[in-house]
Amino acid sequence: MTATVPAQAALALGDDALVLSHRLGEWAGHAPVLEEEVALANIALDLLGQARLLLSLVGDEDELAYLREERAFRNLQLVEQPNGDFAHTIARQLYFSTYQHLLYGELAAGGGEFAPVAAKAVKEVEYHRDHAEQWTLRLGDGTEESHGRMRRAGEALWRFTGEMFQPVPGLDLDWGELEARWTASVTSILGRATLTVPEGPRTGGWAAGAGRQGLHTEPFGRMLAEMQHLHRSHPGASW
Amino acid sequence: MTGVTATATAAAGTDASYLAVFDAAVAADERIEPRDWMPEEYRSTLVRQMAQHAHSEIIGMQPEANWITRAPSLRRKAILMAKVQDEAGHGLYLYSAAETLGTSRDDLLDKLHSGRQKYSSIFNYPTLTWADVGAIGWLVDGAAITNQVPLCRCSYGPYARAMVRVCKEESFHQRQGYELLLALSRGTPEQHAMAQDAVDRWWWPSLMMFGPPDDESAHSAQSMIWKIKRHSNDELRQRFVDIAVGQAESLGLTLPDPDLRWNEERGHHDFGAIDWTEFWEVLKGNGPCNEQRLTQRRRAHEEGAWVRDAAAAYATKQQGRQEQQERQERQEQQGRSSEPGQPGQQKQHGQHGQHANGEATA
Amino acid sequence: MSTHDWPLWEVFVRARRGLSHTHAGSLHAPDAEMALRNARDLYTRRSEGISIWVVPSSAISASSPDEKDSFFDPAADKPYRHPTFYEIPEGVKHL
Repeated sequence: MTATVPAQAALALGDDALVLSHRLGEWAGHAPVLEEEVALANIALDLLGQARLLLSLVGDEDELAYLREERAFRNLQLVEQPNGDFAHTIARQLYFSTYQHLLYGELAAGGGEFAPVAAKAVKEVEYHRDHAEQWTLRLGDGTEESHGRMRRAGEALWRFTGEMFQPVPGLDLDWGELEARWTASVTSILGRATLTVPEGPRTGGWAAGAGRQGLHTEPFGRMLAEMQHLHRSHPGASW
Repeated sequence: MTGVTATATAAAGTDASYLAVFDAAVAADERIEPRDWMPEEYRSTLVRQMAQHAHSEIIGMQPEANWITRAPSLRRKAILMAKVQDEAGHGLYLYSAAETLGTSRDDLLDKLHSGRQKYSSIFNYPTLTWADVGAIGWLVDGAAITNQVPLCRCSYGPYARAMVRVCKEESFHQRQGYELLLALSRGTPEQHAMAQDAVDRWWWPSLMMFGPPDDESAHSAQSMIWKIKRHSNDELRQRFVDIAVGQAESLGLTLPDPDLRWNEERGHHDFGAIDWTEFWEVLKGNGPCNEQRLTQRRRAHEEGAWVRDAAAAYATKQQGRQEQQERQERQEQQGRSSEPGQPGQQKQHGQHGQHANGEATA
Repeated sequence: MSTHDWPLWEVFVRARRGLSHTHAGSLHAPDAEMALRNARDLYTRRSEGISIWVVPSSAISASSPDEKDSFFDPAADKPYRHPTFYEIPEGVKHL
């Protein structure tokens, strides 16, 4: 089974889902309204389910999650960014779920090794994308304060979005086409939310596919330290 | 009886005649529904109890959420996230039930945040190790379920219905805790010690969850008559102890009570004296985590205010836009209506038309 | 502090095809779209439904505001509307 799936691709997709799920899990008990506790947990659970399926394609899910060093993780830098305020979390969700929805749609239709996983996940991700869109509209076109927060969040995370369209070895896709569709979708939502597409750079230097090559940002090391410490403190134990 | 509540058939008359109908309905094991006449004290007792129950679910998320980011396997992490999410959901069911009595959730949350309403004291204890997640599931949820199952037959309809839903969903909560502890107990010596330590710390507070002894319980007697409560505190506590003893044995763990032993004559386990001083101290706010739990809850609420405001502002704007659009359409319709043979007015909503009839496929 | 409280919505869930929507409970949401989404998350976490309605609680009219009158009494004296009103000889099946 492991031989048939491109390992780098499975790790890239699996780590995206694992890391974002962990970040969303940090919201538990801190959400702005109780209904949103339930919504954020739903998304986190969907992503964790995807991560487990994907990682299991190439190894033991727990060994991969808990015993790899930071440099071996292949997730996007975008998903490891700290939650920030609710606007930052929503901006991260908007950028990522739009990408993931398009990506999984392609993979599901392509009939390759990832098609079964993608076909299940794409339905979940459609809901994540919708959730992010609804909140982008409300924060962007809500109050003056929320508009400012949403604008700043979108700008702050913009530089991490270029990495999403660096080709992942093993995924045979038209990445330029994916980027064009992503940009059209995000531009339309931001426009309806009375926001504009950020203008800062999103390619070059640290932003250019660094996470996919195992180069991460400072907060990620602390996130992994917290996530892995208990498992690593009891080598070989079962839970 | 015809299935119509006795209360509804009360002839117009005095409070005394309503009270007689109310008492008869309760005595006949009928449910009281939100718009029925009810004694003011019944209403306030219910609001207090449902609010405290809802608050407990919400505050109760914290000690377990403390371990979501450190769960030692992905399977355990998924289970824990789902469980904490359920608690938020249960809080919502219960606030929803409380709101049927004319109180608002915002008002109840204000009372929680300002300390005027309580939540279960058990959540003022810290979760120091991973095993605490298991001990909460087994003992705390076990005690909660013992309390909650009879509430499914509570005389107040919305509360009983909420509890049916809660109990159904909670059946996995206790099992996952037990299974977690079992894995630790059968694991390495360090894991076993971790499990025993957690049970040692959570056992007595779990027994306190049933409330003070019957002779000191302030609201018990009236609540029993009104069938808000079906069993006394001591009765439920005994039931819980009797069940837990065998479960602890199967776990390979001990319960921290040297006086715990089977009493053939009573047909129950005897157990040691509970430290009620500790109970009252924690209740008064002097537990290890009272301050921390309330502070986090308040902060989440305050820091979320701008989000709630934004969504409300957006809703107002959207409504204005929709009304304006409808006005324009009406004007256009009127302009056309002089022409014969035009179809009737067709209401067309804007960009969100797919949900205009308030229906969605889940 | 929040200046606008989100309104209350009543949630009705169709458990499966062939059944009508049944009242499941209520929730708070700023508008109908969010109410539907919140209802999906809250009341169908375990696949309890295939379709949801949400209605602003304020839009519901109740048959009798305080249910102290005899609104339901007339039905009580029409027992012939109920099958148990009729005596059927023992042994008669499928009736």
